[in-house]
Parts: sequence; C-alpha cells; structure tokens
Amino acid sequence: MIAGGLKVRRPGLHTTVQDLGRLGFQALGVPVSGALDTTALRLGNALAGNPATAAALEILASGPTLEVAADTVRVALAGAGASLELADARVVPSWHSVKFARGDVFEIRVGRESICAYLAIEGGIAVPLVLGSASAYTRAALGGLHGRALQRGDVLPLTLAVASEGKERRLPSPPPAGCDRPIRVVLGPQHECFTDAAIAALLDAEFRISKNADRMGMRLDGPPLRHRAGWDIVSDAIATGAIQVPGSGQPILLLADHQTTGGYPKIATVVSADLPLVARRRTGDAIRFAAVTVEEAEHLAREAEACLLKQLGSIALVGCASDIDLTALYANNLISGVVTAK
Amino acid sequence: MNLRFLSVGDRALTIEFGDTIDRRLSREVLRLDRAIRAAPPPGVTETVPTFRSLMLHYDPSTTSRAELERAITRLIDRSEDHPLAVRLWRIPVCYADEFAPDLAAVAQASGLTAARIIHLHSSMRYHVYMLGFLPGFPYLGDLPRELALPRRADPRLRVPAGSIAIATTLTAIYPYASPGGWHLIGATPIRFFDPAREPPSLLAAGDAVIFEPIDAGAFSEIRHASERNGYAIESELISA
Repeated sequence: MIAGGLKVRRPGLHTTVQDLGRLGFQALGVPVSGALDTTALRLGNALAGNPATAAALEILASGPTLEVAADTVRVALAGAGASLELADARVVPSWHSVKFARGDVFEIRVGRESICAYLAIEGGIAVPLVLGSASAYTRAALGGLHGRALQRGDVLPLTLAVASEGKERRLPSPPPAGCDRPIRVVLGPQHECFTDAAIAALLDAEFRISKNADRMGMRLDGPPLRHRAGWDIVSDAIATGAIQVPGSGQPILLLADHQTTGGYPKIATVVSADLPLVARRRTGDAIRFAAVTVEEAEHLAREAEACLLKQLGSIALVGCASDIDLTALYANNLISGVVTAK
Repeated sequence: MNLRFLSVGDRALTIEFGDTIDRRLSREVLRLDRAIRAAPPPGVTETVPTFRSLMLHYDPSTTSRAELERAITRLIDRSEDHPLAVRLWRIPVCYADEFAPDLAAVAQASGLTAARIIHLHSSMRYHVYMLGFLPGFPYLGDLPRELALPRRADPRLRVPAGSIAIATTLTAIYPYASPGGWHLIGATPIRFFDPAREPPSLLAAGDAVIFEPIDAGAFSEIRHASERNGYAIESELISA
C-alpha cells in the first residue's frame, strides 16, 4: 500500500528521482547517475530530516507543479535562489523545510544562480532500489519512477503518509552558487593527444554552455581544441567531469549519466569539488577553466567535504511553531528577491 | 612492463598498459583488476577494466593518488602470471535475414557469402575485453580477419535489443535498443542485462563466448522461455 504521494500536475522539463548514485557497477557498463549537484542534495536531505543517502527529486531548469496526496508532507527545497510557489501565492524559499497538507498545490521554480534544485521529502520517496540506488538512468530505464522522468498524472509514492511533528529546519547561510568562479581541472588523462595551443585555449579562453546539455554531458562552444594526430583512441574508462574532445574539437563535459567507456581523448577532468558548480550553470552561461595538480584537487575535495559538513552542522530549528513562519521570512527580506524576480 | 599512471581528476586514476587492442594487454589489465578486487587498497571504491587500461575510483578523503600509485606498484610486482580459469558461454544466435539487416552489405564488402560469414562468426572463441557503452554491452574479439570492416558510414538511430553486431576487429551484443553504428548480422534471444539478477550482467570482462547458430523457431522458443525466466543459459569453467 502506498502511504502517501505527490501528484504530478505538470512534470517540468526533466524531473527525476536521484540519490548519491549507483556505485559499483561501472565495470558492467552501468553509469553512476545520481544527483548532478550532490552538495544541494545532501543539504536538502538534512533539511528534510533525511539521511544523506535518501533520494530526492532533481529539478532541471523548469520545475514541476505538484499536488499533495498525503495527509501532510514535509519538504525542503535545495538550490540557490529556488522557491516553492503555492497556488495561494505564498512563496517558500529554498533552504527551509515546510509542511504542506493534502490538496496543497505548489510549483517549483529554479533561481537565476542555479538551473538545478532538489526537493527532498521527509521519509523519502518510495521507489524500489535498482542495483542499490533509486537514481533514474533513463537511457536504460533503470531506477527512478518507472525508469523515466516524471510525467503528468504520475503519483510519486512517498514513504510517509503523515509528516512528523516537530520544528522546521533552515540553513542560516547557504553556500554561494559560484556562478562566476573558474572551474578547476586536472589535465589528463589524454592531454598529450592535444596541441599546446589547444591546452592553452582550454585554460585561457571563455567557453559557453551550448544547447546540447543534459544529464549525460554538456557540449561547450568556444575555440576548437585541436588534436596532435588522430582523435580516435582505444576506448578506456571515463570519470565524471571528464572533458572529452571528438574530431570537431568542440569539448563535451561529461556529467552523472555519462557512458562508462569511450573512444575520444579526454583533455582534462573537472575536480570533484567543482562538479556541483558546473551542474548549476545553464545554456549560454560562460565557463572558464583553471588547471590544478592532482594533489591540489584532492585537497580541494577534502576542503569541500569539510565545508559541507560545517554547513550541515549549522542547520537550525525554526521558532517553536511546527509550520514555517512566512511572516517572519517576509520581514527578514529572505524572499523578496524571489518575489521581485517574477 | 611499460606501465603509466594517468591523471583522472581527484577521484580516479588510470593505469595504462598500452594503447592497442590485444589479448596480452587485456590479460595484464584483468590480472591487476582481480588482484585489486581480491584485496582492495584502502579508499578504492570501484575498478573498471577496459581494453588496455584499468580505472581505479577512490575516495580522496581516505587515500590519495600518490599512496595508490605505491600500493598498485607493489601489487603488480608481487602478482604472478599464472593461468586463470575462464568462464565460457555458448550464446544462441539467429542469423536469419529478419535479424540480420546488414548481412548482405557485409557479404558485399567482404566478398564472402552469407553462409561463409555465419560460419566464420560462429566458429571463433571470443574474449570479452570489457563492458561499456550501455549496461551489459560486451566488446568481444577478435573477429576473423576476413570479417573486419569499418563501422557503418550511416549509424542507425535504433538498433534492436539482442542484436549481434560487428565492426573493426570486434563483435558485440546490444543488451538494450539504442543508436549504433555497427553492422547487424544476427540476434540473440538471451537477456544480457537484468538488474534483478545477481550478477546483473550475464558476461564479465575476461569471459569467453562462442556463438551457436539457431533457427528462427528456436529463437522464439528461447525468447519466450527467457521472458518467463524459464531459460537458464549454461556456462563452463575452462582453462585460459
């Protein structure tokens, strides 16, 4: 029996169930998938009172409109500048948990600073784990809700029928989206396949995210990156964040749903600490790269994890009321940006 | 040995043994893969063997590239090249026209008759170099030289699941319908990837495969049986 649900009035552009990914099956050709912005996912889960491994809804660019089909449900939206807009014009900003009642209808809007947002739901989403993960990998119909993105009329099954009693949570100082920060890369594994001019262009030029961008990867517009000789290598394994360059010279930055192997040379790999920053950018946004060493990248990863743990530890309980105090939010000017942006 | 450690960001590294597709390199890759899986150095989360290299995924909060390079070098120095048992699979394949839209084109390009192509394709014992591209998609080699052709100039938008394909020196099985540029010369009724099965992929890197021709009648019988999970494909352990 399904405890509760969220009914999909409008599905949004590409709304999928994602967790931290399907680990351990890449040798069998199974992509890792999972959230593009794992920082936001983990913060969202903590705000909703969930463990880090819980699955949430990943919203890309255009969010869904959902109707509560449970007695009550507690949700938390994570993503810079994102908001929940209710049918009665109430607006709940991201980085706060909120409790809704049966029949409430809300639309999820992403912010200017991040195309990517996560709706974490207290208790989690009741979809079966496939190979240890709830993440949807739509190309092979693995995981998620029926292996695909949400569609109109779907009912997303929830673990809980009623939200727990207790206070709401908020994140006092959310992480910056990092829209204008250069994206750090480690050169390799196949930077030797490229001309010196191509390496220089990768690190000096400004690229733009093209229209060809999805969960598998984003094609970048910019100066073509030329290969020394051929652009065909004997296929090898691909890591998330790899920047592969086919014969056209137009780089493709590979994201969570990338194939596990491929035969194009990879000029560089985005450091794991900066992958969430890439995920937040949209078509037309600029992207610049800066090279770091493996040791620096490993240090950045540890630093990013420490920073996230600090953020998680800073999550505070709101007031005494069980519902979020919207008046206080308005008074504190927390959501005026969202309202005026409409 | 000409071994190189390639940088792949801060959560993976590639150990490259060479840059060609050949069984000697593949054996080195798979041997190291087995050694690491048997006793993973701390912080190693996943290994991915490919034709000529092994990718190691790791957690940079537990270990580092420098530490892993030392651990892997020690492992390689210690491990010996003793022959390993190999799992051999006999895969039923129907080469009838309805499953082999490119057989005529392959015949024309190679100057062989369809019957000869089928005989050649089904008389080899193939080595599973790696899985990739799609869940459970195996790259098998090597094809008899007469069958080695470049990929199709015009890739298909949809190759049906179960298709048996050839291109360059390799042959492969499409576990899912997908776009593809290889020549389709047959189909198998067997399910190669099923997330509900343990392990989910029928084949693993290092396995051996022989294709056994079946007719269209046998194809539909086996397909129906395997849809009801009533078909168990057999394998045997052989020495490499």
